[in-house]
Amino acid sequence: MTEVATAPATTKKDWASDQEVRWCPGCGDYSILTAVQMLMPELGVRREDTVFVSGIGCSSRFPYYMNTYGIHSIHGRAPALATGIAVARPDLHVWVITGDGDALSIGGNHLLHALRRNVNLTIILFNNQIYGLTKGQYSPTSEAGKVTKSTPFGSLDHPYNPVSLALGAEASFVARTHDMDRKHMMEMFRRAYEHKGTALVEVYQNCNVFNNAAFEEITSKEARPRMLIPLEHGRAIRFGEDAEKGVVVEDGMARVVAVADVGPDRLLVHDEHREDPSLAFALSRLASGPHSPTPIGVFRDVERADYGTLVDQQLVAAVERKGPGDLASLLTSGSTWTVS
Amino acid sequence: MADTASRERPVIDLDRAVIRFAGDSGDGMQLTGDRFTTSSALLGNDLSTLPDFPAEIRAPAGTLAGVSAFQVHISDHDIVTPGDHPNVLVAMNPAALKANIADLAERGTVIVNSDAFDERALAKAGYHDTNPLTDGSLHAYTVYEVPMTSLTLEATKPSGTKPRDAERSKNFFALGLISWLYTRPLEPTLAWIQERFGKTPMVAEANTLAFKAGWNFGETAELFPSHYEVKPAKSLPKGTYTNISGNTAMAWGLVAAGQLAKLPLFLGSYPITPASDILHELSKHKNFGVRTMQAEDEIAGIGAALGASYAGSLGITTTSGPGLDLKTETIGLAVSLELPLLIIDIQRGGPSTGLPTKTEQADLLQALYGRHGEAPVPVVAAATPGDCFYAAIEAARIALKYRTPVIVLSDGYLANGAEPWRIPDISDLPDISVPFATEPNHVGDDGGEEFWPYLRDPETLARPWAIPGTTGLMHRIGGLEKSDGGGAVSYDPANHDLMSRLRVAKVAGIAADIPPVEVDDPDGADVLLLGWGSTYGAIVAGVRRIRAQGRKVAHAHLRHLNPLPPNLGEVVRSYRRVVVPEMNLGQLVKVIRSEYLVDAKGLDKMRGKPFRAEEIEQAVLELFLNRS
Ligand code: SF4
Repeated sequence: MTEVATAPATTKKDWASDQEVRWCPGCGDYSILTAVQMLMPELGVRREDTVFVSGIGCSSRFPYYMNTYGIHSIHGRAPALATGIAVARPDLHVWVITGDGDALSIGGNHLLHALRRNVNLTIILFNNQIYGLTKGQYSPTSEAGKVTKSTPFGSLDHPYNPVSLALGAEASFVARTHDMDRKHMMEMFRRAYEHKGTALVEVYQNCNVFNNAAFEEITSKEARPRMLIPLEHGRAIRFGEDAEKGVVVEDGMARVVAVADVGPDRLLVHDEHREDPSLAFALSRLASGPHSPTPIGVFRDVERADYGTLVDQQLVAAVERKGPGDLASLLTSGSTWTVS
Repeated sequence: MADTASRERPVIDLDRAVIRFAGDSGDGMQLTGDRFTTSSALLGNDLSTLPDFPAEIRAPAGTLAGVSAFQVHISDHDIVTPGDHPNVLVAMNPAALKANIADLAERGTVIVNSDAFDERALAKAGYHDTNPLTDGSLHAYTVYEVPMTSLTLEATKPSGTKPRDAERSKNFFALGLISWLYTRPLEPTLAWIQERFGKTPMVAEANTLAFKAGWNFGETAELFPSHYEVKPAKSLPKGTYTNISGNTAMAWGLVAAGQLAKLPLFLGSYPITPASDILHELSKHKNFGVRTMQAEDEIAGIGAALGASYAGSLGITTTSGPGLDLKTETIGLAVSLELPLLIIDIQRGGPSTGLPTKTEQADLLQALYGRHGEAPVPVVAAATPGDCFYAAIEAARIALKYRTPVIVLSDGYLANGAEPWRIPDISDLPDISVPFATEPNHVGDDGGEEFWPYLRDPETLARPWAIPGTTGLMHRIGGLEKSDGGGAVSYDPANHDLMSRLRVAKVAGIAADIPPVEVDDPDGADVLLLGWGSTYGAIVAGVRRIRAQGRKVAHAHLRHLNPLPPNLGEVVRSYRRVVVPEMNLGQLVKVIRSEYLVDAKGLDKMRGKPFRAEEIEQAVLELFLNRS
């Protein structure tokens, strides 16, 4: 059950369930599903050892489309259920599929605590900056002033940035990708899968019905070189058509500069494995929304014991210390007396 | 030196005694009561306890709100309640006296710490310009004034403890005195003090000295004309006993359920009074493969437990009223997923934060009906502290066999109360294991083998439990309505009607798998007392009193609240009057009336305290008087 190496070879088709996929035509969810289904055969994992858990929302229908074990649970609660699965069964590979409303609004608490505990979960957060399933209300990642059905005069809420949030919770793995680049998605999902502990991947996902083109300024093919800042471990952070721009850190803040102005030596060299999350956090603050140059890639990937393993170690240690549990001795472990 | 003989006091045999220790919440009264209980248990008395403490960890010192009390009933025969009225009240300060004196038995004994009765303390307790020790208001009682604080300070001097710390040993002085008064052995408590306080030798020494000083004070002060003995209870069934609280019994029952089911336990829980002790107890037993997780909130606690059940553990969550509210949505999901799950609700006074440390039975209707949609859930209740053990196993049996969430109702009184519990022989406990699905169970249209997650067992209507890791049985389930059998998402109206009825039928069908309700009716009464949960002891004691007067009364007690025992309709219809005592405003009575069209009457109490036997007795006697 635990030996991934012996998994039989599969193809993308083996990972697709017989359910008809029912997102709106043109929805970004399709390309994310394809990326996951194409990745799975490459991971050498058995379908029966894989569980997809979701909450509620458009993205949360995802488990129905995977030929694995899966639970479509309650709005916001997927990390809670997934934690129970992962802790009870460290041999399983547990994925959480969630959205910006699901993970960051109603389920914010559970996401934070999964990240803090470092449960062995791979969380894919579909961020479309809108509530799709309930037909178009603003979400916790929608920009302030957004006009929606529930905010006809513009939303008053300040949005938050999922990557900053996760880094603030000291998540051990945080990455960002977008639905227009399958190769990049697959790479991020693979890295997240390989990470032991909680891995969060934010995916900028287009909801073409209620929030069309929300990310177009940065994710369209022609915009990407100018607007996406690729984070690559061990390399200076540069972007632009001719890599003419870069990122420096001053006073603890990250800033975009023209490489020509500062010289390449002053550019920040990205270190995913830096123990302290502050620099990764600074990178996450480079863009406050998908309208200015935005970092994508792995912000942070550090090693920290995962919760399920620690729980198991305590179980093993208890057996070593006290021997395997014996019910009869438990029941007589207090002071006893006999009536004859 | 006075000669020894003159000090010896006669020992008077009592068949039972009720003692209440009362003091400030910082005075250690719960510990004192607990120790007295343990030495009584080791002596072989039957006993029952009632701890009663404020919700605040340290309510304002010296005030009525800050009074913490522990009542214990010890007996040489079988008893079922902590006693209606204490024979002896130990009051460590004026507030403790004021808050408890009204409960004292006629001609009862009051032992006060007279050092604590200064003007300020009296005023704080609401005795303005008067002192109950001198104003004659206690004339109906025997009052012993013992300067416990100063005697404790004196006694503990050799330990080198600072006066301020030494004063804190005065509860041990009180314990020593009462231990002498009831001829309890010294040794178990002395050993316990060493064990508990051994890490801080000075404290252990001070407590030991104070405890002995209390005992010696009783022996030498010639204040007390006699002391008492309550002999071991002979009428108890043969066996090995231990003194157990409801929460410990519940935790042990859960461990046992895991063993009997051959499944690992997973507890997801959030701290809440009065349920937290189950989390504490289960967290100790990791060598039984028990995984406990203190979740970020009540919702995560049950969510993780449900996830663990899906993955093949016995998932459990423990809580009290406010937490049950929060778990409601996940209980609904468990109903829909049809997975085993235990929800342990230790009821407390509500609504909202209510009375966190006081007992109540007002979550019954919530347990039965408190979910949106048609969401039937089996409900099991514990009757006594020791019975929590069996309630846990029975709930697990139902949850596993029928793949359903089950709510177990206990309450603050059972949770913290204790009684001698006859330790069962493990081999007498039921095997509650169920198999996981391992094979496909359906042939598809194309002739291929398929797994249908909602193909039911024709007898139990339970669906197969196929856990991740099982080859060939991959399936997806969720909160959306599922098609009968295949389990795919279905919005078909006829299917929803069918699935709703199937879920209800599955739970209703459990009635055939539970014992019929037994009626205790030796004389052919025409009044039936019908109870559930922790009212058991008070009803049994009330019934004994009524019968002692030559009157006839019947008693039936429900373990299963959903489904109800199959013979209950017949039982309630066969009595002229059905009276339902409950610590709520009439919840079971509503169910009985609507289920069986019987004119049952409620006997309600909402005071945060269990019924007294005399309250049951009086209510029934009034019925007899009013019959015409
Ligand atoms: S509403 Fe938006 S997010 Fe939902 S399926 Fe349609 S396009 Fe996709």
